[in-house]
Amino acid sequence: MFKKLSNIGDCGIVCDFGNEVNQKINTEVIKLFYYVRQQTFNQNLEGILNCTPSYNKLIINFDLKKINATKILNFLKSIDFTKLKLSQNKKKWTIPICYDFAMDLENMSKVLKIDKDEIINIHSKTVFFIYMIGFVPGHPFMGDLDSKLFLNRLKTPRVKIPAGSVGIVEKFCNIYPYESPGGWNIIGKTPTKLFNKKDNNKPCLLSPGDTVRFKSISKKEFEDLGNEQ
Amino acid sequence: MSNNFFEVLRPGINTTFQDKGRFGMQHLGVAPSGCMDHKSFLIANALVSNDEKEGVLEFAYQGPLLKLAKGKTKFAITGNVLFQIINSKNETISGECNRSYDLDEGDQIDILATRQSVYGYLSVEGGFEVEPFCNSISILARANIGPNEGKKINIKNKIPLKTNRKEKNNYAVNFSLEKKNVIRILKGPQFDYFSESSKKEFFFKEYKITNLTDRMGMRLEGKVLKNIVSTNIRSEGITKGAIQVPEDGQPIVLLTDHPTIGGYPKIANVISADYDLLVQKIPGTNISFKCIDLQEAEQLYKEWCSNISKIIKDIKKIK
Repeated sequence: MFKKLSNIGDCGIVCDFGNEVNQKINTEVIKLFYYVRQQTFNQNLEGILNCTPSYNKLIINFDLKKINATKILNFLKSIDFTKLKLSQNKKKWTIPICYDFAMDLENMSKVLKIDKDEIINIHSKTVFFIYMIGFVPGHPFMGDLDSKLFLNRLKTPRVKIPAGSVGIVEKFCNIYPYESPGGWNIIGKTPTKLFNKKDNNKPCLLSPGDTVRFKSISKKEFEDLGNEQ
Repeated sequence: MSNNFFEVLRPGINTTFQDKGRFGMQHLGVAPSGCMDHKSFLIANALVSNDEKEGVLEFAYQGPLLKLAKGKTKFAITGNVLFQIINSKNETISGECNRSYDLDEGDQIDILATRQSVYGYLSVEGGFEVEPFCNSISILARANIGPNEGKKINIKNKIPLKTNRKEKNNYAVNFSLEKKNVIRILKGPQFDYFSESSKKEFFFKEYKITNLTDRMGMRLEGKVLKNIVSTNIRSEGITKGAIQVPEDGQPIVLLTDHPTIGGYPKIANVISADYDLLVQKIPGTNISFKCIDLQEAEQLYKEWCSNISKIIKDIKKIK
């Protein structure tokens, strides 16, 4: 249940679920996200343009020609949160990763004082929950890593990180869908394409609320999978 | 399908296909994009009898030089734009905004510059024949989303048109462009993160639009806004027109191609009715902010819509 509702500008609403970042709170955000989308789809709610979940907030943007802040606030206040479900939408993904492409494993091992194989072992055993997707198309922010692997961002971000790189910072793990600059510690690389610009029906592989487990593959398998796409 | 097309002889600085925008994808990391100045966009389509959903070419500062390599069309340019038509006999006709023109095979449209403004729009009768992605032809160049592989229009590109010219008449409309430099805003979710003096100064001091301004955001320069709570917040969804204040205290207005999520406190949000006015301000312009309430913003939006409808109704046949 949200703690506070407010408007942002004349065509946006912020549903604020509090300051904590954990899966329990984020699950509530995502449940509301799916409910609003479903109500929009069923035409019970008109004029919704975008619905953006993040760790602890849901931002709803709407077409002021069709609806206004008061109507959306009333709609939100009328929701019975005990009846919102996530299960039907939640998908479990297994994403291949080749740890041979790690750029920071050596350094991680030194800083954390944990053997490289053990770092890989912990990472590949973690079931990651997708908190949100964004910044660039298809880019997932996932958690929670074992606290043994908590690391800060790189002091000097890299100018170029190859597409598919998997990074970790604190309890979070991400996958860079495109070649881009970035400051996360790179632990491996996946050949899986996260966003397909040619697919009009389902361009984005992952959704907020899905879970991801990484499956370790060899360089050879990486190349074979990469060629299939 | 018509096989008609423009050949791009000069692409201009930032020429892209745009329409109303691509919605319902922000949760996947795709910003809405779409036309920066919606009013000019809607009028551009209306002048060539297009549906308001049709895509147009948006350009900034210097526009493209286009040659109609095949076919006949009708076009209109809106905004405040200096342009000329060069016909196949090499005669030059100086162009007027807010009216439609016939264009024959071999004719060229030379869009020289936007005057005291940033964006201009080129519509053609029937629209451009380009592949939409998720129901929109808007190009989000930052993420390479949309037609033309998500890239800005480039030299030698072919721009196909959907239809051949059908309409016999040409149309025009007259209206004056708004010039005021006062932008109305609503208080943002983190308004109270700022010191008492900053909250006052935000409304009394002028802010200069800097060169670091594009479709994604507008960096302002002026009195430093002092954050007394926290300069970072948890990343949250971004709304167009949000005015965020990073650590250096200089505000940034997030525009149409904004990131989908971001983590800076937002002091205010530009009202929908003043958004087009703001994005057309050129760098170097001093603007100031006026705080209003939500009901007033909603009323102003209604007036903004009816003003556009009135302009569109006033479009008359050229005798």
